[in-house]
Amino acid sequence: MSSIPHDHAAGHEHAHEHHPGGIMRWIMTTNHKDIGTLYLWFSFTMFIAGGIMALTIRAELFQPGLQLVEPEFFNQLNTVHGLIMIFGAIMPAAVGFANWQVPMMIGAPDMAFGRLNNWSFWLLPFAGVLLLGSFLAPGGAPSAGWTLYPPLSVQAGMGMDMTIFAIHIMGASSIMGSINIITTILNMRAPGMTLMKMPLFVWTWLITAYMLIAVMPVLAGSVTMLLTDRHFGTSFFNAAGGGDPVLFQHVFWFFGHPEVYIMILPAFGIASTVIPAFARKPLFGYASMVYATASIAILSFLVWAHHMFTVGMPAAGQLFFMYATMLIAVPTGVKVFNWLATMWKGSMTFETPMLFAIGFLFLFTIGGFTGLVLAIVPVDISLHDTYYVVAHFHYVLVAGSLFAFFAGIYYWLPKWTGRMYDETLGKWHFWLSFIFFNVTFFPMHFLGLAGMPRRVPDYATQFTDWNMVASIGAFGFGLSQLLLLIAVLKTIRSGPPAPARPWEGADTLEWTLPSPPPYHTFETPPVVK
Amino acid sequence: MVDVFGESMDRIKAAWRIGRLLPALLMIAVLAPGAAWADREWNFPPPVTPIAHEIFELHAIIFWICVVIFFVVFGAMGYSIYAHRKSKGHVAEQFHENTTVEIIWTVIPFIILVLMAWPATKTVLAMKDASAADLTVKITGSQWKWNYDYLNDGFGYYSELSTPFAQIENREPKNEHYLLEVDRPLVVPVNKKIRLLITSSDVIHAWYLPSAGVQQDAIPGFVRDDWMKFDKTGTYRGQCNKICGKEHGFMPIVVEVKSDEDYAAWVGDQKKKLAPTADDVNKALDIKDLTARGEKVYTANCAACHQPNGKGLPPAFPPLDGSKVATGPKLVHISTVLNGVTHDGKPTAMVAWKATLSDVDIASVITYERNSWGNHTGEAIQPAEVASAKAR
Repeated sequence: MSSIPHDHAAGHEHAHEHHPGGIMRWIMTTNHKDIGTLYLWFSFTMFIAGGIMALTIRAELFQPGLQLVEPEFFNQLNTVHGLIMIFGAIMPAAVGFANWQVPMMIGAPDMAFGRLNNWSFWLLPFAGVLLLGSFLAPGGAPSAGWTLYPPLSVQAGMGMDMTIFAIHIMGASSIMGSINIITTILNMRAPGMTLMKMPLFVWTWLITAYMLIAVMPVLAGSVTMLLTDRHFGTSFFNAAGGGDPVLFQHVFWFFGHPEVYIMILPAFGIASTVIPAFARKPLFGYASMVYATASIAILSFLVWAHHMFTVGMPAAGQLFFMYATMLIAVPTGVKVFNWLATMWKGSMTFETPMLFAIGFLFLFTIGGFTGLVLAIVPVDISLHDTYYVVAHFHYVLVAGSLFAFFAGIYYWLPKWTGRMYDETLGKWHFWLSFIFFNVTFFPMHFLGLAGMPRRVPDYATQFTDWNMVASIGAFGFGLSQLLLLIAVLKTIRSGPPAPARPWEGADTLEWTLPSPPPYHTFETPPVVK
Repeated sequence: MVDVFGESMDRIKAAWRIGRLLPALLMIAVLAPGAAWADREWNFPPPVTPIAHEIFELHAIIFWICVVIFFVVFGAMGYSIYAHRKSKGHVAEQFHENTTVEIIWTVIPFIILVLMAWPATKTVLAMKDASAADLTVKITGSQWKWNYDYLNDGFGYYSELSTPFAQIENREPKNEHYLLEVDRPLVVPVNKKIRLLITSSDVIHAWYLPSAGVQQDAIPGFVRDDWMKFDKTGTYRGQCNKICGKEHGFMPIVVEVKSDEDYAAWVGDQKKKLAPTADDVNKALDIKDLTARGEKVYTANCAACHQPNGKGLPPAFPPLDGSKVATGPKLVHISTVLNGVTHDGKPTAMVAWKATLSDVDIASVITYERNSWGNHTGEAIQPAEVASAKAR
């Protein structure tokens, strides 16, 4: 469909932007730029909601004893914080980037399926309302942790059912979004752009979209079994009826482990775009980056049980999953080395996107090291479900995915809005985020080693000092994120006009368009040589 | 081959032992305005079983390998950030491919990983070998306490948090072992291989004792085994480590490791207590005794949800003060405590207590609930009534 040639004159692009005004523009829109914007604002809203929950948790944990919230409500906050951040903040943000950038980077006029795109987004607010609304249900929000392990999740009130439906809806949204992205990338590339000439961000999203299609139905299946166990008398996860509680964990993590790569691969793509631009040097080892991404994706389907080393699986199972997990360090290492080689002998400048990309590289690698430590079965048995794990996955998800997304926002904001952001504000945002992130999460390694379990509302006095440090860091980190909001709003309102290509080293197709790009772009496909 | 490798591992370990205090010393040097920082927790608790020692060493080896890689990689990055910047006039070179280095940085990490996996595999196999145990203890998790059954000696008991509510609610200063203390610890002999059979009666729990290197999920309907063998006597503490509901954070594990003689004496004591102390169900008790005993039972078993003041935490945990059940017909009250509450055929948070508490305990706690706070029924529930309700 994309290859149907357009007869329009080039000037047509700028002529008329037929779309309804006001709120109806956003509800009816099939434009990838509008939908990308919607995704990103939705994601930011959820980020703030999940962040407020995190700060309540950290406030309660500032000192031992119960001060602010009851244990039951604490568990609800913990659970919904995880679900909101994963399904409401990180994943929609990644889709927001894909919507804005994939068509512009491959020279396509829009996403392949406009109405499907609209529907993929507009499902999300309903899912978000169901999930957050579960706090108001009798018995409150789900409190079994974001992993929803039965039998605990079978005991819960109707907040759990609302969450299950929210997960179904978000899964449908992700699958439709992925179909759209795959179709767009495979069918709508500009003439001359072969697969191996695509920007790496497009590659990472192509692989991510396939992973989403593979695993979201698995998650839907596991929570549906939970639902029927809860209400329709089945016993998938109930030993008394011939089921097995551990079955849920296997099915859940068969989704859950690819899911962590779903959240990190688009971040890899952004880092692979930003680092070469500010090193003014082509990405080192493009082909090996593509192969490494694909290897990570394939391996991610073979390691799920490393989340379950303490369920009591046979030694052969533990060893297989340990080896497979350690193997992921190889392609991940290749990526880190390639980014370093890209920086090596470049001509670097350190604007905010580059700072966040380097922060990502540095902290994600620390998260990678702790991942390696946790892959070692005997060590994991001592660290499983402790704060060490909490530290590990916040290093890869916050300092990994989120920092890369921040890099992407500052990098493309001039393109999206047509205005430059305030560099000073951006740098403050980076340095405060970087410092407070480490103040919050680095001490959690020590807490975990000392044996502090995760998901507890109160703790023994020996853990007090590091918890205080972490709580102080968390408030610093949370408040620093308001700088992002201020920076973005200031850019939109009063930033100085941005040139078409504000970054000297940026060479992908979106920079050939004016800033901001017209409502419809590349109606005549560019030719890539 | 294997032995040669083992020897070189030993040498690596020896080298590492010298260096293992380094990070703590560095951190203290950086952070120590006062000596207080020296008390902070930096690492695993001191290991007290052979497996825990192996885990400790494994972690240390991997930690140091990671530290070395970290400094090599980020040393290079730091140099590049310093030297290859535009502000210093560095002009970008345009190289972007080199198959040789790609192969090198694929193969070298792979070899390092194999070196890490080797000792880890040996420990995994050792951890799984629960055979030839001297003693077997069955551990059952339930919301929110542990039950220890000494299968060789035929006795067992519940082990519950003993930290008073007042400390949790910050009305009293906290004990040294706040939240890590129980009424009755698990008692085991030193230098004996203890096999643990771990299961659960409701949701998934996890029996986690860091200093012994033991963590095993307690899965309802399935029994998993694990083992431990302590090097020295002492008291070691851990916690339930799988979220199991609202009191998840208040389900500690305390293990007391005794010498052989002390352990034998302790077992003798337990057996003596076992036989004659069973309460006489048919003996009538007066309301004062029932209420006094009931208060203890209530604090240990009911107060977590229904609260010490009987106000509950609605809507999940209803109040007893002035409730229909606690002031209405006594048979309804007895049956609620005995059988729990189901909703649409599914169990709720109000579990059945008939298997957990004795008839005398149930009679006492019901008497207490019917005559406390604003409830003044004046009724004394006798153990015989409970026994007959149970029989129906």
